[in-house]
Amino acid sequence: MLGFLLRRVLWLVPVLFTVALVTFFLMFQAPGGPWDSDKPVPAATLKNLNRKFGLNKPRWVNPDAVATRWDEGSVNPLTLGRAYLDSQFGNYMLGVLRFDLGPTYQSRGTENVQTVIRERFPTSAKVGLVGIVFAILVGLPLGIISALRQNSWLDYASLFTATIGISIPTFVSGILLLIFLSQNLGVSPVRRPEEWDGFGRAYLLPGIVLGLGTMAYVARLMRSTLLEVKRQDFVRTARAKGLGEGRVVGRHMLRNALIPVVTVLGPAAADLLTGSFIIETIFSVPGLGREFVVSISRRDYSMIMGTTIFYAVLIAIANVAVDLSYGFIDPRIRKKR
Amino acid sequence: MSSILVPAAPITAGSEPTLARARPSRSLWRNAWRRLRQNKMAMVSLGYLAFLAVVALAAPAIAPHNPVQSDVRAAGQFRKAAWYDDANPQRTGSWDYPLGTDSIGRDVFSRLIYGTRVSLVVGFIPMAVILLIGVPLGLAAGYAGGGVDSVLMRITDVVYAFPALLFFIIVQVSLRETALGGLLNGLVLLFITLSIVNWTGVARLVRGETLALKEKEFVEAARSNGAGAGRIILRHILPNALGPIIVAGAFIVPGAIISEAVLSYLGIGVRPDVSLGAPFPTSWGNMILDGSKSWQSQSWMLIAPSLAVALITLAFTFLGDGLRDALDPRENT
Repeated sequence: MLGFLLRRVLWLVPVLFTVALVTFFLMFQAPGGPWDSDKPVPAATLKNLNRKFGLNKPRWVNPDAVATRWDEGSVNPLTLGRAYLDSQFGNYMLGVLRFDLGPTYQSRGTENVQTVIRERFPTSAKVGLVGIVFAILVGLPLGIISALRQNSWLDYASLFTATIGISIPTFVSGILLLIFLSQNLGVSPVRRPEEWDGFGRAYLLPGIVLGLGTMAYVARLMRSTLLEVKRQDFVRTARAKGLGEGRVVGRHMLRNALIPVVTVLGPAAADLLTGSFIIETIFSVPGLGREFVVSISRRDYSMIMGTTIFYAVLIAIANVAVDLSYGFIDPRIRKKR
Repeated sequence: MSSILVPAAPITAGSEPTLARARPSRSLWRNAWRRLRQNKMAMVSLGYLAFLAVVALAAPAIAPHNPVQSDVRAAGQFRKAAWYDDANPQRTGSWDYPLGTDSIGRDVFSRLIYGTRVSLVVGFIPMAVILLIGVPLGLAAGYAGGGVDSVLMRITDVVYAFPALLFFIIVQVSLRETALGGLLNGLVLLFITLSIVNWTGVARLVRGETLALKEKEFVEAARSNGAGAGRIILRHILPNALGPIIVAGAFIVPGAIISEAVLSYLGIGVRPDVSLGAPFPTSWGNMILDGSKSWQSQSWMLIAPSLAVALITLAFTFLGDGLRDALDPRENT
């Protein structure tokens, strides 16, 4: 078990490195730069800014620095290696290893990316949390009722709801819901900034809209796996030995039907925590997703890199956690390892 | 039922009429089609998608106005949908412009009709590319195993670690201004990014199917009859894996349509074209972006494209569900 966990975590290192590499490469293909503004910036200021953020260094590796050091008489391979990596990418990745995601370009260096993430991510996470809780609290019962009353009108109604929920993109349902609420019920879509502090009602609407798709997915999956489990021999055995319906469903059917649901809940949770760019834009949530979208148009390189790596780590952790959770739910898998 | 017993091909002299020949060899597909036809929602969806295909092809003939020509004097700006009244005669609804007009007096209904083209193209072309890449690689990895397999799985790991939407956004912003990003109003770049993100899923699926199928007795029988790897893969494994592949394909399409709409809504998807004869003047995602800026005065500018996206994705989901039930009767029985 421990060996498995260790292998999984170690494998994350090259994966995350590749993610960083690809993002870094793509990011600089975009035209324009972080210092573009309406007013022309004096050349001297630009030079200073570029030096401050290390943009004057070569992008990937710095062989010139090695040559300089060599000429100075340095033969220490560590010094030379560090000089070789004295580049934009090298310095950035060395910073990441020290959990330093660098200063944001937007703040001209007075604010760090990790500070912004620490400030903004809780808001996104709260929206995501509402979404997950909604998905589980509504999706699971919907799927269970469907499966237990298969082919009843209840089954058809919940299946239809789930299909609608799974196929309509959240940003469309969010927009339509927003129009409906504000035009017919007089709910103002605009929230005061302080409403996002703490855990208030403001999170309800974006959270539910964000969770709609997952809710529908959970309901459909729960239904189909439960229908499969229903016909298994061990369920018949449980009934035959005289267990009550509640125990049969709760202890024998649900426990076995939950595995596929947990499999999708992990990545879905990561998706909900990270994938709210659009929802945050529509509902003007001051979260990390919107910050990311804005940072892209500002060419805030360190913010783009920082958010991407942060999200990739989150997703990776969620996937590992799912793998681990199999063992807790299903002892058969635990033994196999 | 009697038709099944009729030989598929006339039995010529010299060929032995065998039991296998006595039935059409594709009866699996015939059965699947029969099951699909019984699924009402799937058939309604299929009909709706066929209708959209006709609309997309015949857009110039159907659209009442040119989708990019603005005629403010006649059309007015932000004219409301036909069933609304407004004190301002330039804004009151008229059946000449069923869904009203946008900020520069272009007919929303005509734009909606042309938008169908982008959604269908953006759904089907990436799906074709994804299947063309994912299926052969999945077959090779699953059948050969070893190096091909581990390389494939490692690439998949990296693609899975990227938050998909984040990757789309970065690629679109980075490469939009290049020559590649300009092809077909940015559609080509969209095809490429959608394919890059999605092919791994298909490859993984096909790999799994191949791993399971190659252990089956009929593959062993073929091998002991002296069939080569190519023949086993093409004649025995691929046909048996087609069901899940078709279902996966049916679900890729709505995913791609949604991605396009989201990116266009963020302003980094398909570029709106303003030349008069443009084949792809706008997309539903672009229209949602336009509409969201003025939804309080002209709510149908936002509602119409949103409904269009919702309906097409709904249709594909119903069709995908129907295909899965038809091709794999074990599930959802």
